[in-house]
Amino acid sequence: MKNIEFRTATSAQGGLLVMGGVTGVAAGSRVQIRDHAGRLRSGLVIRSADDAVLVEVFEGTDELDLERTWVRFLDEPFKLPVSRDILGRVFNGAGLPRDGRPPIISADRRNVNGEPLNPAARAYPREFIQTGISAIDGMNSLTRGQKLPIFSGGGLPHNRVAAQIVRQAKLLGEGASSFVVVFAAFGASHADARFFQESFEESGVLNKVVMFLNLADEPVIERLLTPRAALTAAEYLAFDLDYHVLVVMTDMTAYAEALREVAVLRGDVPARKGYPGYLYSDLAEIYERAGRIKNRRGSITMIPVLSMPSDDITHPIPDLTGYITEGQIVLGRELSNQGVYPPVTVLPSLSRLMKDGIGKNFTREDHPHVASQLFASYAKALEVRGLAAIIGAEELGDADRRYLQFAEAFERRFIGQGEEEERSIADTLDLAWELLSMLPAEALIRVSEEELVKYHKATVI
Amino acid sequence: MGKIIEINGPLVKLQLPETVLGEQVRVGRIGLIGEVIGREGDTALAQLYEDTAGLRPGEVAEGLGWSLSVELGPGLLNAIFDGVQRPLNAVRDKSGDRIARGVAVPALSREQRWHFVPDPRRHENPHIVGGDVLGTVQETASILHRILTPPLIHGELMELAPEGDYTIDEVIGRVQLPDGRIEKLQLFHRWPVRTPRPFKRRDHAVKPLITGQRILDTFYPLLKGGKAAIPGPFGAGKTMLQQQIARWCNAEIVIYVGCGERGNELTDVLEFMPELKDPHTGRPLMERTLLIANTSNMPVVAREASIYVGITLAEYFRDQGYDVVMVADSTSRWAEALREVAGRLGQMPVEEGYPAYLGSRLAAFYERAGRVETLAGDHGSVTLIGAVSPPGGDFSEPVTSHTKEIIQTFWALSKELADARHYPAVDWLESFSGYVPSAAKWWAENIDPGWAAARAAALDLLAASEELQRIVNLVGVEALSSEQRWTLEASGLLKEGLLQQAATDEVDSFSSPEKQYALLAALLEIYRHGMKLVKLGAPARRLIQMPLLSQARRWKSQHKSDDLVALQAKIARIPVEFEQIAVDYETTAPVREDKATP
Ligand SMILES: Nc1ncnc2c1ncn2[C@@H]1O[C@H](COP(=O)(O)OP(=O)(O)O)[C@@H](O)[C@H]1O
Ligand SMILES: [Mg+2]
Repeated sequence: MKNIEFRTATSAQGGLLVMGGVTGVAAGSRVQIRDHAGRLRSGLVIRSADDAVLVEVFEGTDELDLERTWVRFLDEPFKLPVSRDILGRVFNGAGLPRDGRPPIISADRRNVNGEPLNPAARAYPREFIQTGISAIDGMNSLTRGQKLPIFSGGGLPHNRVAAQIVRQAKLLGEGASSFVVVFAAFGASHADARFFQESFEESGVLNKVVMFLNLADEPVIERLLTPRAALTAAEYLAFDLDYHVLVVMTDMTAYAEALREVAVLRGDVPARKGYPGYLYSDLAEIYERAGRIKNRRGSITMIPVLSMPSDDITHPIPDLTGYITEGQIVLGRELSNQGVYPPVTVLPSLSRLMKDGIGKNFTREDHPHVASQLFASYAKALEVRGLAAIIGAEELGDADRRYLQFAEAFERRFIGQGEEEERSIADTLDLAWELLSMLPAEALIRVSEEELVKYHKATVI
Repeated sequence: MGKIIEINGPLVKLQLPETVLGEQVRVGRIGLIGEVIGREGDTALAQLYEDTAGLRPGEVAEGLGWSLSVELGPGLLNAIFDGVQRPLNAVRDKSGDRIARGVAVPALSREQRWHFVPDPRRHENPHIVGGDVLGTVQETASILHRILTPPLIHGELMELAPEGDYTIDEVIGRVQLPDGRIEKLQLFHRWPVRTPRPFKRRDHAVKPLITGQRILDTFYPLLKGGKAAIPGPFGAGKTMLQQQIARWCNAEIVIYVGCGERGNELTDVLEFMPELKDPHTGRPLMERTLLIANTSNMPVVAREASIYVGITLAEYFRDQGYDVVMVADSTSRWAEALREVAGRLGQMPVEEGYPAYLGSRLAAFYERAGRVETLAGDHGSVTLIGAVSPPGGDFSEPVTSHTKEIIQTFWALSKELADARHYPAVDWLESFSGYVPSAAKWWAENIDPGWAAARAAALDLLAASEELQRIVNLVGVEALSSEQRWTLEASGLLKEGLLQQAATDEVDSFSSPEKQYALLAALLEIYRHGMKLVKLGAPARRLIQMPLLSQARRWKSQHKSDDLVALQAKIARIPVEFEQIAVDYETTAPVREDKATP
């Protein structure tokens, strides 16, 4: 069937092409469309019956002339050819080269949709990754195989934070970054794409990076394919070639918007804010491809970047993402405006896998308690700050004033750090104790008495 | 034999004249399984449990003659199944790390032999009815699997196999039905998941389910056979709380349904359960546990089924006379799967895309919980605990609000508490339990007659402090009277020393009822002693500096439930601690620090 060109289109509008008179077309099959000018477009069968086959056209159906449109059903889903040679290459969202070099030739071509990983085959992520960023390592630690998105907003330095993580991420005791990187940009601006490209170049890792770019002015439907192609490459690198793969994807909001656009065209029932009810499952198909597998050496650690529309964390995109991913690093405008970099708002940030990858045998025995104490003390300090804003700082008691100073120091010195500054986990924890020592030992209930004796600067028990 | 007419996502239109709604179908060359959800003339609409890519119009389709059913017999425990009861370990042996489509593996192993011991009662009286125990199989060291007569069968038992090893396929008995037909009996039988299993009658739930979590057991108790919901925004701790319950509760069987949630969370359970010991039996927890997994990346259609598969397995163990707990994480994903099906069928959405029957489906599901007298005359229970994941953390959304109407115990998780890492983030003002009177009876008889009063006093203190906190947030703590300041301090003590409970702390993770009550009573005693002194004129400022307060906050993680002697000794010293301050005030007349509240 894939050698026959059909010229039986019966309608074309809104990105959807209807074909008549073709029988036995496989659902989900790829389609190649040749228009009157000889240009090729690609598409996907989304509904198949013998009297009508519905095709979603990636480049859109504009200017298609039904009489002069030739359609070939390729009889297979979207596949990505994979080989070792993908490292160092740049592809478009559909996996075709966009770096001017020849296409990847390989007999190993994989369905970009992947197949669900059997939960009984997963291995639980437990290896602490040091990113060198205190707000992450100390309080929201990342582990190998985790999916931990950055929730951000327009104008916030999420790209710089992501690039810093890529540069610095390593396992304890290992030297330079031990990862290869799969970078996917969808709906990203040329400037964003260039920023990452240059950052990889500067740190000399370009030959360890595979890029998939679908920029803001490129076809929307291809955007739906981009993360899938990127993750197919990542799975190959991780589970066939044993690499530890760090996947950076930006921007999940552009992805979800593309999905909504297509859903509207298909006439799907909307659930919240016009997004289709299956947005959750669709995002899960992407995010759940991170992880580790029993008896395999490699891993996929995923850092999706997501800009929250109007900084609203309850918007469906961050909300559903938070329900799927293993935590979130939230960047805040307030801290950023005060010149704090990286502006990590720690309270709504979370790493769900942290509890299993830190402490004795992993980082340091006091780490779990210190992290918990920082959260508790900072939460309390913010309450005091709220009060001070109402009654004035001078009205505060002594104890409260200490909290105010703690909040300041914590934001400036613990959260704030240089873009090139790489702190070891020991430095991060020592700094945490230095700051906690600004508070009286009796107020530090979350750390043990032994830890107080060992680390609290003003405790002698 | 029929054929495919159209494929549209997970929905296929089939030419299949004889089918009925709910019938299972096998479709296409690769043999995908699904169920009929609509009919029109000779055509049927079916939804398939797996991805339909690659199917073509014209390929074969056949009705299988039964509706979605589960296999019930030895081999269920210590296992993990997918949403339509395929055993995931066996699937892995067959198709590798990823779940290939169309893999057919029976739910229960056909090779394994089980040691069957016939029930002597069956020889005394050959007349049997559905639910009667035919014999037993020691399935795991802690669980005796009772082999039941299938519910709808009754007649004369003509033959029952002697003690010995059998596979579940082998015939272990024959029964003659009233109409003369002979029915074979095996170690297992099938039951359709959407039909509740019958029982003799409902019983009152009377005993609390002890979860070892203080805020649950002491403040918002659940009974064995009860229904509870855990709503909360992402990251608030729904999964951790359910895992804690699965770990520590005093049920005999635990069914953990991962419905549309993370794969790693099931891996987590699979990794820790075999290593942990049941605090009530000392056996590895996995021996009493079974998992159902339809993770968020697995096909949505099977998600809708997974909840029913779980509850049917729960009822089956209930019918053997066990107390079963089923946790479902998350019922919202199930409701969303329902919404997707409704949308595809073109049914009219009423709120946020959900069909009008959302409420009644939820109610019918929770109705399958309960304590019953089984057909065999035993007592068993199914306790249902469902997580709810409201979009944006908004409890007024349809799934949360319908669920709230149905359940009796509501453990509301708060984002603010979770953000400050106050775990479990159960909001003590929003939560409720309709089971307090029954629980109170049990606590009074088994732990301490003062339980109900102490619980009420603690809740009063928490409510009062909420009011005071509002004042503080407006005008500062200096504006409070000494009594008010002490109240505020004591509520902080209660929150940190009792309500907060770290799942990750070995000692704190589980609290026996004795320990829960000891802590509750001790902290209240501190409060009362302090209040007495404040009324005598001691300034709250001085009391707040007592080292006792920060010490008492640590007791929960210093004393194990099975060794409370040292804790009791500390508690006994509470009056002594206050005496040292009391000497300064008891002789002099009470001087009130008179700072009025605005
Ligand atoms: N009882 C608890 N003790 C310690 N940590 C907890 C507790 N409950 C929740 N947490 C922390 O919060 C994180 C999120 O909890 P989780 O149960 O996954 O939330 P949800 O299911 O509501 O999204 C966990 O990974 C853990 O770090
Ligand atoms: Mg959860």
